[in-house]
Amino acid sequence: MIDTGFTLSWIDYTIMIVYFAFVLGIGWALKRYMKDANAFLEAGRSMPAWVAGLAFISTNLGALEVMGMTGSGAKYGMLTTHFYWIGAIPAMVFLALFMMPFYYGSKARSVPEYLKLRYDEKTRGLNAILFAVMTILASGISMYALAILMEKVLGWNFHLSLVLSAAIVLAYTYLGGLSSAIYNEVLQFFIIVIGLFPIVLLCMKDLGGWSGLQEQLAPIVSAKGYAPDTWTTTWKYTGSATANPLGVEWYGIFAGLGFVLSFGYWCTNFLIVQRAMSAESTTAARNTPLIGALPKMFIPFLIIVPGIAALVLMNTPGKGFALPLNEAGQPIWDYTIIMLLKQYLPAGVLGLGITALLASFMSGMAGNVSAFNTVWTYDIYQSYIRPVTGDKAADSQHYLKVGRMATIFGVIVSIAAAYLASLFGNIMDFLQTIFSMINAPLFAVIFLGMFWKRTTGHAAFTGLLAGFLIALIHHGVTFPVGADTLVKGGWICKLHEYPVEMAQNFWTAIFAFTTSAVVTVVLSLLTRQKKSDEDLKGLVYSLTPRMGVEQVPWYQRSTTLAILVLTIGTILTILFW
Amino acid sequence: MGIDIKFPIGLMFSILGLLLSLFGIFTNGNSELYTRSLGININLWSGLGMLTFGLIMLFLAWKSKKAKTP
Repeated sequence: MIDTGFTLSWIDYTIMIVYFAFVLGIGWALKRYMKDANAFLEAGRSMPAWVAGLAFISTNLGALEVMGMTGSGAKYGMLTTHFYWIGAIPAMVFLALFMMPFYYGSKARSVPEYLKLRYDEKTRGLNAILFAVMTILASGISMYALAILMEKVLGWNFHLSLVLSAAIVLAYTYLGGLSSAIYNEVLQFFIIVIGLFPIVLLCMKDLGGWSGLQEQLAPIVSAKGYAPDTWTTTWKYTGSATANPLGVEWYGIFAGLGFVLSFGYWCTNFLIVQRAMSAESTTAARNTPLIGALPKMFIPFLIIVPGIAALVLMNTPGKGFALPLNEAGQPIWDYTIIMLLKQYLPAGVLGLGITALLASFMSGMAGNVSAFNTVWTYDIYQSYIRPVTGDKAADSQHYLKVGRMATIFGVIVSIAAAYLASLFGNIMDFLQTIFSMINAPLFAVIFLGMFWKRTTGHAAFTGLLAGFLIALIHHGVTFPVGADTLVKGGWICKLHEYPVEMAQNFWTAIFAFTTSAVVTVVLSLLTRQKKSDEDLKGLVYSLTPRMGVEQVPWYQRSTTLAILVLTIGTILTILFW
Repeated sequence: MGIDIKFPIGLMFSILGLLLSLFGIFTNGNSELYTRSLGININLWSGLGMLTFGLIMLFLAWKSKKAKTP
């Protein structure tokens, strides 16, 4: 155990217990509505836009994100906001305006099912199986991180934390299915924001506000060999890769993060898209990502700014702030947020902060489990193991049962994956890297499918594989500076060296996307389109009747919201240029 | 589906807010406890903030319930 000097008192535990009572209570209250597979796996397509929107953003606000982004705030400063303002907002707006009408309007119940409707069975199968494996592993990795955190920081038993948190997630997703996951994500969103907010206030007061922070950062950043305001600006030093700590130029950020990675993640990841698919109407489905984008733009102030403050605290001896060190003597950046909790929060709000972290872990885990059981039930079980019979009512009951079993199975396999992660950390890192290569080609294929009716099934399937293969090869022949394991790359040969790992990731994605797009286009022209225009109605842009003006007041229209989101995003970017 | 999420959110934050506010009041002036938070009674302020948020949510839940059952 790293001695972080945490002691929780009765008030902290009381707050935690109240929170978990509500989490389980929501699951319990929803139990009686879970009458068929549609209610359990798709939330009956009944969510109001604001609920789906907050769940949409909350799924992404998992603990690995909170901990990682605060650490990145200390490591890269405001440059980390590129993951938000350029790396999420444009993709979320694009998903809302241009893709949701097809995802939602096609009546597909999942992203793999959209692929089946648009292309063919093999493309769906490939995506469904990869997605199922990936989500469960991701869930396991997140559980492992939770248990290790609880062990190191609070001194809780590793196995107990693992099993207890899994049991809570299982209980409420088993009882209330996707609705329960979504409602709890909304609750989690508020507890995360409210629980972490006192830290922002206190560290800002401690350092004399934003201007005080800038002033105290300047000498620290200069000592690292960067311009004094590198940590408090976003685009100013992206003219050359060596002038900023990310090690990427502006066009790398723009193409890699702003386009390929973020569009790949936000527009094709079923975990995310599922929230918007659960909305009550087409308009609500389109508004879901936009409503999520509004708080998303301000999350940097909640998690990145305290990270930047932590860098100042670390370098100010009088503050008594230090990060725990790993075996190599390097600070463990991921623990920045925990150490800030300890630095500023007395008993009471401390319990709230810890509850917020626990909430963010469970939010990630429940999201994975509820996406897994849908893909498993509809895209694997229903397609390959037991197809629908004629009896609709009996089928629905059967698939409800299968969905419930898949939830239990998913949680158990997640626990197994968590133990696997604790035994072979490197293998899990490697798997995660490999899975991150799936999204970029998938985006190319879905994008072409939605906007070019000529795209064929054979081309899409080959495009997916080709993009993935190129990503793998690129990762195999390049490596970041100082890579000490083959997990980081260079396991075929060492052809090219990147200044930082981030740059390698960006370029892997760019290569994968381009290859996949080129292969898909070329093969589409060479193969025969088996689907008629009638088949593709509602799935392809040019073959779908235009939606008229939405029948809602002007301020609820997607275009209005989109303009609002883009305007605020632009203002923030200019303010912190 | 079924329940209005504003109600549990409102109820939970009202309870937590009340709890923290009371704890803040009882520990007011305990300078040892509040050295970390720069001498600010952060429990009281957070508690009041959460209580307000909780009550607003409860009010909204009550209002939409009234709108549904005339």
